[in-house]
Amino acid sequence: MALEQTIYRELKATRGVWQLAVLLLAFLAAAGGAWFYMEHHGHVVTGMDNQIVWGLPHVFAIFLIVAASGALNVASIASVFGQKVYKPLARFSSLLAIMLLVGGLAVVVLDLGRADRLIVAMTTYNFTSIFAWNVLLYTGFIGVVGVYLVVQMMRRINYKWVQAAGFIAFLWRLALTTGTGSIFGWLVARPGYDAAIMAPMFIINSFAYGLAIFILVLLVLFRLNDRPIGDGLLIRLGRLLGIFAAAVLYFAAIFHLTNLYAAEHGAFERFILVDGGLYPVLFWGVQVVLGGLIPIALVFLNPSRSSTVLASILVVVGGFAQVYVIVIGGQAFPLNIFPGFEVLEGFHEGVINPYTPSIWELMLGLGGVALALFGTGVGAKILRVLPTNLSDANLAAKG
Amino acid sequence: MRLVLAFLAAIGFAGGAAAGGSYPAVPAATGDPHPEGNDYWRLHHMDLLQHDRDKTVREGIRNLSPDDVAITASIGTCFDCHAVKDEQGEYVSFDDPRHFCRVCHDYAAVTIDCFECHRSTPANTTAYRTMAKPEDPDSIVAYLARLAQETSQ
Amino acid sequence: MTNRAEMTRRDILKSGAAASTVTLAPGVTLMAFGGTAEASSRADAGKRWGLLIDASKCDANCSDCVTACKVENGWGSEEELAGLNPGQAPEWIRKVTLRDKATGREVSAPVMCQHCEEPPCVDVCPTGASMKRDDGIVLVDRHICIGCRYCMMACPFKARSFVHEELTDQHVQAPRGKGTVESCNLCAPRIDSGRIPACVEACEKAGHSAILFGDLKDPDSPISKRLREYDSIALRDDLELNPGVRYTNL
Ligand code: HEC
Ligand code: HEC
Ligand code: HEC
Repeated sequence: MALEQTIYRELKATRGVWQLAVLLLAFLAAAGGAWFYMEHHGHVVTGMDNQIVWGLPHVFAIFLIVAASGALNVASIASVFGQKVYKPLARFSSLLAIMLLVGGLAVVVLDLGRADRLIVAMTTYNFTSIFAWNVLLYTGFIGVVGVYLVVQMMRRINYKWVQAAGFIAFLWRLALTTGTGSIFGWLVARPGYDAAIMAPMFIINSFAYGLAIFILVLLVLFRLNDRPIGDGLLIRLGRLLGIFAAAVLYFAAIFHLTNLYAAEHGAFERFILVDGGLYPVLFWGVQVVLGGLIPIALVFLNPSRSSTVLASILVVVGGFAQVYVIVIGGQAFPLNIFPGFEVLEGFHEGVINPYTPSIWELMLGLGGVALALFGTGVGAKILRVLPTNLSDANLAAKG
Repeated sequence: MRLVLAFLAAIGFAGGAAAGGSYPAVPAATGDPHPEGNDYWRLHHMDLLQHDRDKTVREGIRNLSPDDVAITASIGTCFDCHAVKDEQGEYVSFDDPRHFCRVCHDYAAVTIDCFECHRSTPANTTAYRTMAKPEDPDSIVAYLARLAQETSQ
Repeated sequence: MTNRAEMTRRDILKSGAAASTVTLAPGVTLMAFGGTAEASSRADAGKRWGLLIDASKCDANCSDCVTACKVENGWGSEEELAGLNPGQAPEWIRKVTLRDKATGREVSAPVMCQHCEEPPCVDVCPTGASMKRDDGIVLVDRHICIGCRYCMMACPFKARSFVHEELTDQHVQAPRGKGTVESCNLCAPRIDSGRIPACVEACEKAGHSAILFGDLKDPDSPISKRLREYDSIALRDDLELNPGVRYTNL
């Protein structure tokens, strides 16, 4: 069987691997320092306030969490949808998924006003809260995907168990992204969020973000260990990414069109799409053009190794911009508490809420990314998750 | 749980005693002692505080004279009797190691966060510890009476 | 003075033994030191406290209700605001002045927590810190608040504030502290001890009586009668949250 022939080996600790590890550790240390500073002084030192209550850390966290479930896709395609080419990548995809989630969660937790009370969040649940469900979904995801990874790595196991575990993991990741999307979808008070389409949109987004990060991390690790990876495989992954990127654009279009249709959200749409300053730039320029149209054009018009790499980078950038627009843009737009009235005097009433992230928030967010990558590297170092050879010839010989 | 606490406390105190040979000198209190006794309060003050905290915050049951029997451990009232003064005769706050709640805790290496929010010196007002009398102008009864008078006019 | 913590190992062991007895019968002890006696106050499920704000009586140049709330609950002192940027300042209650786009009429009114019957903040709170008391008062139990701010995202009225910095010298009846979310609790400590909320008192003292306080569940209370007799609105009526704070002549 094809699977048995793939040889997996731990990452070798080359010079490059060490250098990267040190770099990531530096980011982690910086994030630790930033967190300590914010924890000590309180959120007064951040750019967040009572209007923009979730800031840059949450953009990082949500991006990582959404990407986590997407990173599992490669494994799902292999085990659940039986695509043999992806099988050698399935283990690494599971590992990356777990680590991205851990990185994202770390950022959310460290941004809490009372991070020291995390134990309360883990022991006291209010089950009407989608947040409480997410705590269970996230911890469950780590468990389920962990089991899936172990099952994949067991030598003498009937492949149907791998498929079963893969299927459960697949369902779980769908639930997880639905839960993440619902954090926003259920906020009826805010015109930027109140939409049922949030949950499916997050699922589609996760496909794209996760795959893009997967491709990039895989490539870096292979390069560091001089393991071959075939152009054919990369072009194939690139094409898949292109399809996902197109789906993201499609859902974004549906989201904004339905919002335009609902009269009460018209003003918000105007804000995000036309006159909201930074937000339309991020939406059109970064999300749609840089993170959507260009990568799609690259992978379909000029399929090549470098197109896939560039497209992956652009999808990550575009995805980050998209999450920024959703999270921050949604809060920047004022709540309309007094319809039919113009507010002459009040407390940040009816005005666009400004937000300038502080360096501490940026450091904390980057720390989450560093944690995810570092964890993935350590995982690949101690577990046999990375195949030794992904050259097209090798894959073809087995496939 | 309580056994563990007791055990930890025992180790804390006994260990400290063995090392330094001194016990923490709990500042003297004024007023009537606790009917349950010092031993009981030493071991259970955290449970009593938490129990009564939930009663007050979530159910609105408060320590109100004249009939203040429902709540025996209101954190706001501890310092009626357990206030410590410094050399200048000022009450010390939780920032000061001589504070009533720090003497044992520092000794047993217990940290509590209560005084990030709660006042750690005697109350600046005790107004809301007594049930309003109908004749008090800010009582609900007097307020409703004023409204009734207004509408009848 | 005797050393009150003077304890021998035997004492500790004895009290340890006592503690285990307590553990065997926790109900009994808690009854003995907590619940047997008639409670002197309690959030009464037979009541629902609410406010009716008459915008026509509210003076645009008066902010006594805000000041009273600050004094009562100890927020927004000069000292506290000094370190904060304006967007981070606490705001349990605020005054707004509005102009009707259709008629050009100008009105003014205070806005605070609207004490919804279906509070979105309570629905979204992961730990149950955001809660509604039996008498309809919505508040944050800051002992289990983890500072996630999801309730602030969910609140349609911007009624909540997050404490951005360390505080000192809080009032005994209004503890507040860094990293948790706070909002108007309708002066729960005052209500529990039979007093009207501070803003209501201040407005009456200022001679406006624009804020009417009372029990919405009692059909004979002045607030219920007024609500029956005159038109009133709830802010963001479209969300069907049934707030306990209502506005008239807006
Ligand atoms: C984040 C702020 C915060 C922290 C930290 C905090 N409390 Fe409270 N506490 C409150 C608030 C707010 C109330 C409600 C006051 C009221 O309604 O009168 C309260 C009420 C109480 C009450 C009932 C009211 C009274 O006067 O007795 C008790 C008991 C109590 N807290 C105990 C504690 C203990 C013990 C700790 C530490 C383990 C603690 N609290 C930590 C904010 C806090
Ligand atoms: C009415 C006055 C009064 C109040 C109010 C009061 N205490 Fe006490 N407490 C005393 C006295 C007096 C003693 C010391 C008795 C003795 O020395 O024998 C004491 C002893 C104690 C002890 C044991 C100290 C030791 O020597 O080991 C603890 C612990 C304690 N109190 C905690 C509290 C806490 C917590 C509160 C607030 C919830 C509180 N007390 C409120 C009067 C009071
Ligand atoms: C007689 C000594 C003594 C005094 C006085 C005292 N405590 Fe304690 N307290 C202890 C000990 C010992 C523990 C630790 C129990 C353990 O963790 O083993 C403790 C634990 C606690 C805890 C639980 C801490 C945790 O992490 O679980 C709280 C809350 C607490 N004390 C509040 C207070 C307050 C408030 C005061 C002042 C009003 C006070 N204590 C005064 C001895 C004392």
